[in-house]
Amino acid sequence: MDEALLIHRLQFGFTITFHYLFPQLTMGLAPLIVVLKTLALLRRDERCNEAARFWARIFGINFTLGVVTGIPMEFQIGTNWSQFARQTGGVIGQPLVMEGVFSFFLESAFLGLFVFGEGRLSKWGHWWTAVAMFAGSWLSGFFIIVTDAWMQHPVAYTRLPDGGFDVASFWGLLFNPWAWIQYAHNMCGALITGAFVMAATGAYYLLDRSFDAHARIFLQVGVVAGFVASIAQIFPTGDLHGRYMARHQPVTTAAMEGLFKSEAGAPIVILGQPDAEHQRIDNPIVVNRALSFLIYGTTTAEVKGLNEFPRENWPTNIPLLYFAYHIMAGLGTLFVLVMAGATWLLWRGRLFESRWMLWIIMLAVPFPYIANTAGWMTAELGRQPWLVYGLMRTAVGSSPHVNAANGLFTLLGFMGLYAVLAMLFLFLIQHELARGPAVATA
Amino acid sequence: METIWFLLVAVMLAVYLVLDGFDIGAGILHLVIARTDAERRLVLKTIGPVWDGNEVWLIAAGGTLYFAFPLLYASGFSGFYLSLTIVLWLLVLRGIGIEFRTHVDSDVWGGLFDGLFACSSVLLAVFYGAALANVLRGVPLQADHFFFEPLWTNWRPGPQPGILDWYTVVGGATALVALTIHGAAYVALKTSGPVNQRARRVAVMLWPALLAATAFSLIATIAVRPRLLDNFIAHPSALVIPIVVACALIGILVFLRRGDARLAFISSALFLAAMLAGAATAQYPVLLPATVDPRLDLTVYNAAAGSHALRVGLVWWTGGMVLAVVYTVFVYRMFRGKVDQRLPEAS
Repeated sequence: MDEALLIHRLQFGFTITFHYLFPQLTMGLAPLIVVLKTLALLRRDERCNEAARFWARIFGINFTLGVVTGIPMEFQIGTNWSQFARQTGGVIGQPLVMEGVFSFFLESAFLGLFVFGEGRLSKWGHWWTAVAMFAGSWLSGFFIIVTDAWMQHPVAYTRLPDGGFDVASFWGLLFNPWAWIQYAHNMCGALITGAFVMAATGAYYLLDRSFDAHARIFLQVGVVAGFVASIAQIFPTGDLHGRYMARHQPVTTAAMEGLFKSEAGAPIVILGQPDAEHQRIDNPIVVNRALSFLIYGTTTAEVKGLNEFPRENWPTNIPLLYFAYHIMAGLGTLFVLVMAGATWLLWRGRLFESRWMLWIIMLAVPFPYIANTAGWMTAELGRQPWLVYGLMRTAVGSSPHVNAANGLFTLLGFMGLYAVLAMLFLFLIQHELARGPAVATA
Repeated sequence: METIWFLLVAVMLAVYLVLDGFDIGAGILHLVIARTDAERRLVLKTIGPVWDGNEVWLIAAGGTLYFAFPLLYASGFSGFYLSLTIVLWLLVLRGIGIEFRTHVDSDVWGGLFDGLFACSSVLLAVFYGAALANVLRGVPLQADHFFFEPLWTNWRPGPQPGILDWYTVVGGATALVALTIHGAAYVALKTSGPVNQRARRVAVMLWPALLAATAFSLIATIAVRPRLLDNFIAHPSALVIPIVVACALIGILVFLRRGDARLAFISSALFLAAMLAGAATAQYPVLLPATVDPRLDLTVYNAAAGSHALRVGLVWWTGGMVLAVVYTVFVYRMFRGKVDQRLPEAS
């Protein structure tokens, strides 16, 4: 790979990985804030309103960082991937603009109203601003997924004489099946992050013996939402996504699973390191026939291995893809266990006294972020070596006149700037945690 | 169809310039017109609920450019790589400068973010002006429709110019003065007391500079690229635009003197919109002129997306923009009137 291309890829990968740490929380928190506002109205409990305000402050910090790190994402398509932009604008330019006009205006307008307007609106009026925020943030996720889904599974396009793409059917683009499956899977992932963060904050306050009443609300909402979302993450959404991928990107599935040779009754690898040179898994722990069953519903079906596909179509970095996928799937399984245990204790009325469980919930907070990041790495590394799957290779998409030195200059700049943002973020979150939910702020 | 999209992108950029222009202007003046912590919080509160929505117009305009004129987006953005990336960094710093200040009550924290907000606003205004000047002057487009411009070369607008040369610096300075006055009029409109007085005083003081910069940049533009007069010569009715610019310019001073901040703000908004309209009229149908050979110009015809994309786009775009305008109007109505210093702080 030539040096400039590697730097373009590193810069996009770095900036989007950092960016997505924030939207996954805002998309996950938005429906939970609606739940809190609803509870406040139903129970006539002011503490739920205080809880909603607290989470709106956390939402606000994350939203700001999501916005400021998000603008570079849209613009980098032009700055670093100009040949790709030139050819695809007519197709995926559409969902990207739609994100702006349909969701960002909604989200920014109603976040402003939610935060600044509580005194000026009725109780139900304020509830509606929370719903609008929720709708805005989830719509935004949808349009981004439509964009990515078209790159993963291009549909509803025609080719122009100059090689560019034109959209053939607008509805075909929006109703790309890949997009809907991926959207469901991704939003469950965001909800898991939101639920774990809320539950972990509640666990921290209980362990710290501060803000006891609010902490219980956080745990109730977070644990129940986390339980539902972590189950839905595996079944049906993860299951559907995996089977759809096996059908449309079989070479990616083979690389993700570390299946070097085709096999009838293929096993699933739980642990082990892929050795691309000798085409085998080192230190394997496998479940026999499980992969065939998961993909095709029978234990004897043949699953195609990497050997069936020409090498130039193999994903560029197979070990990283394999690990990203296994980290995602392994953590996803742990989330179900943790949240099922917590839900059971909550149902039995013992969660708030089970300090060991509160410790587990609190310490689990980084893992949803890791799992979401690993999931996106699986999707995007799995798409390689293509920008538009099967149609346009990554190597021909970057900007022809932006050389490696200029790319490195901006990559280093982004790394420095984002390191500062990360420190400010952690400081501010710590500040808000210390301030807690009971402080009255309008 | 291409012409419609040219108009729509121009309108979106004008809306962005007028809306985000005033909060950038407020940022430029932040350290000058607001001295105490309470005053600085006041300035931030005038833009707090709206700046983010204003910036969405940039995202939407950028996206529309990508969608309707992919080649222009690809060529322009990669060609202006360095300056565009710096603009992105400035937008990041400015966003956190506005949003993070109020979270912590400390002079050091406040001072840091006030400084960030002000510096990034100044530099953004200069870069926006320089960007527009680059688009008017032309760029060294190559036969593959792409180019790469260094930040500066010999500071002359020749066939191989840099992003900054004397002409684009003039453009940057003009934008800086214009947005400062625009921001001052907005702050004057939304506040009362000493901040209001200082904002008005600064605007009146800067007015001669705006007059000089406008006149000089006009002459400079014609000198650098005489072709820009062609559309005005072919269609003399377009001369109404410079007349509007002149009227708006006079209006700013007259209404500031009279103490009518609302009409002064409307005048400066009109001034910005008319300046941009003038530039767009002069350019059409060229989007990005080539310095080396006019046959390499990017125009609305050779840079547009496929025809079906442009047609279906028009349908949802119209619906989406109606919604966007409704939200924008709604938010501005909710927060209409002067900002009250006594209201509790929100973050």
